[in-house]
Amino acid sequence: MPDFQLSCPLPITAYPHVLMAHGGGGRLMRDLIQQMFATAFGGQHETDSAVIPTQGSRLAFTTDSFVVRPIFFPGGDIGSLAVHGTVNDLAMSGATPHSLSAAFILEEGLDLDTLWRVVQSMAAAARECGVRIITGDTKVVERGKADSLYVTTTGIGFFNHPLIIAPQSIQPGDAILLSGDIARHGMAIMSAREGLAFDSPITSDSAPVHREVLSMLQDRIELHCLRDLTRGGLASALIEISTSACLRFDLDESAIPIREDVRAACEILGLDPLYVANEGRFAAFLPADQTPLALQLLPDARIIGRVVEQREPLVVLRSPIGGSRILDLLSGEQLPRIC
Amino acid sequence: MKYLDEFRDPARARTLADEIRRITTRPWMIMEICGGQTHAILRYGIDQILPPDITLLHGPGCPVCVTPLEQIDKAIELAQRPEIIFTSFGDMLRVPGSSTDLLSVKARGGDVRIVYSPLEAVDLARRHPERQVVFFAVGFETTAPANAMAAAAARQAGLDNFSLLVSHVLVPPAIEAILSSPECRVQGFLAAGHVCAVEGYEDYEPLCAKYRVPIVVTGFEPIDILQGILHCVLQLEAGRAEVENQYARIVRREGNPRARALVREVFEIAPRKWRGIGEIPHSGLRLRGEWREFDAELRFPLSTQHVDESPDCISGLVLQGVKKPDECHAFAIRCNPDSPLGATMVSSEGACAAYYRYKRRHA
Repeated sequence: MPDFQLSCPLPITAYPHVLMAHGGGGRLMRDLIQQMFATAFGGQHETDSAVIPTQGSRLAFTTDSFVVRPIFFPGGDIGSLAVHGTVNDLAMSGATPHSLSAAFILEEGLDLDTLWRVVQSMAAAARECGVRIITGDTKVVERGKADSLYVTTTGIGFFNHPLIIAPQSIQPGDAILLSGDIARHGMAIMSAREGLAFDSPITSDSAPVHREVLSMLQDRIELHCLRDLTRGGLASALIEISTSACLRFDLDESAIPIREDVRAACEILGLDPLYVANEGRFAAFLPADQTPLALQLLPDARIIGRVVEQREPLVVLRSPIGGSRILDLLSGEQLPRIC
Repeated sequence: MKYLDEFRDPARARTLADEIRRITTRPWMIMEICGGQTHAILRYGIDQILPPDITLLHGPGCPVCVTPLEQIDKAIELAQRPEIIFTSFGDMLRVPGSSTDLLSVKARGGDVRIVYSPLEAVDLARRHPERQVVFFAVGFETTAPANAMAAAAARQAGLDNFSLLVSHVLVPPAIEAILSSPECRVQGFLAAGHVCAVEGYEDYEPLCAKYRVPIVVTGFEPIDILQGILHCVLQLEAGRAEVENQYARIVRREGNPRARALVREVFEIAPRKWRGIGEIPHSGLRLRGEWREFDAELRFPLSTQHVDESPDCISGLVLQGVKKPDECHAFAIRCNPDSPLGATMVSSEGACAAYYRYKRRHA
């Protein structure tokens, strides 16, 4: 007869060092931003771009750093990603992207041919997006102090509409639109890193989304809030918006499109696709009666849920078999499960 | 994936839930052993479509939850040594030892790497002959064959820089420990399909006979779990206590003979301490005498001693099915996944973490 003792470990309440999880798009990252950056810098940090009032107009302003490994992956590379990421952040405020800066941190020993491929890819992506890269910076660090190269892009954009596209504009009854299938970027990267072979490789969804957003605005769709679904995936983005707006969202799991190969890769690696990164997908909150027009403009989009008349921050997912569960921010990055 | 979709079919799930409701005449308490099953139950809301008379209790089948504190501390001590590349499955990295976790060791410069297979760790040892590679060999019967294979591969390659920190546990002795406890509330079990895929289910037959409980070998998809529950309730209602195999598409009675032979060649049965439960005789695996050269605990002098754990959390009761996570006073108040009091809150398969993530409030 074993001697049952009821025991437990000491808790780790705060980490004194930066962990990878602090950049994972989960709760540790949110706390770091709120407790350190927002405390020191002030300002509101609930949208992908800042909006600056200028004389008679408004300016959208945003920045993003890119540290992806491998730097070339199926469906994209660090260069195109750096352009798409910042263009998309501008688009999430409803702005028309105008210009970007690009800053490079290069590791000593980096092959110049590699750098040229990245630069060419950035230039092509910028042309495709209709933006110009007009200023930049270059630094080199010693071999081993960086992983090939890091890119930071900063962007500005202008507004052609008067809407305030932000969590506080969301209304109970709004429909929640998802612009396409999820989890492709994260699984393309993971599959490349882990050497998972499929019949055809999973390609990243990395793409600019500003034209989709601008087409909806042009057709007078009253967008209340937009969010691109990068680190932390669909679930983290919706939880953050729900928290900012203090509103409950009800989602229908079976309405969320996930490609079969992506689902398979998630199963194999023990990851939840709802928390896997995207680079060309966004969620939009809009009046329910405008969804037919939105779906006409965005044929790959789906309505995945709605905002309910309940003033509390809660995201509830209804499973296909009829049960429901609360979605919660992960602590940091998803860690693969043992078995 | 079409193959998986069959086992997630909403219409079939509802039919099975209706059937369970139809045959249930009184309250039954059923324990799913495996953390993967707990995860699926809460993720799909299976407990919400069952009749109220069926209570699911969440068992000790999560390797992250039951690996004792001393082993975590040993892992942390090894990972801090400069000559060691410490390799582990991902979710062991967040488990707190008595003062820190492997993620923090990594952040402070320890060479801690996530691998998907112990053979990846062997490969690292081959590529880094100047370093020592240690793999954290945790888990149930499911992970034992691959860990045994890693030791065999290292021996075949003549590697003297690969070793295992072993913390293997076995399911049948844990079931027996739960059943023999005077506080036991469990009336039927869903056995873990993947464990039985390796070891078969002969070992469960004497338990059914001795304790008069049905044990249904069950898979991990919603339809599997509902079928497992249905078979279990059918037995309970009829007063039967047998081993049944719901997961016959994967599991045979004798298991996987090649995997079993490899495990027996490399490992031997030993007493093992379970976090939150205590020492259970014959409930673990350790390297056999002729394989001890791969034992990291013998290769490296370790200072880690017995560590007393704080008495504040009820993870032991949760793991035995005596309490549910939300019956704990600390649940979601002083204990959450960022600041866990017990390992059941750390692992994504832990019952407390699963409750926290999926069920904190009835939505």
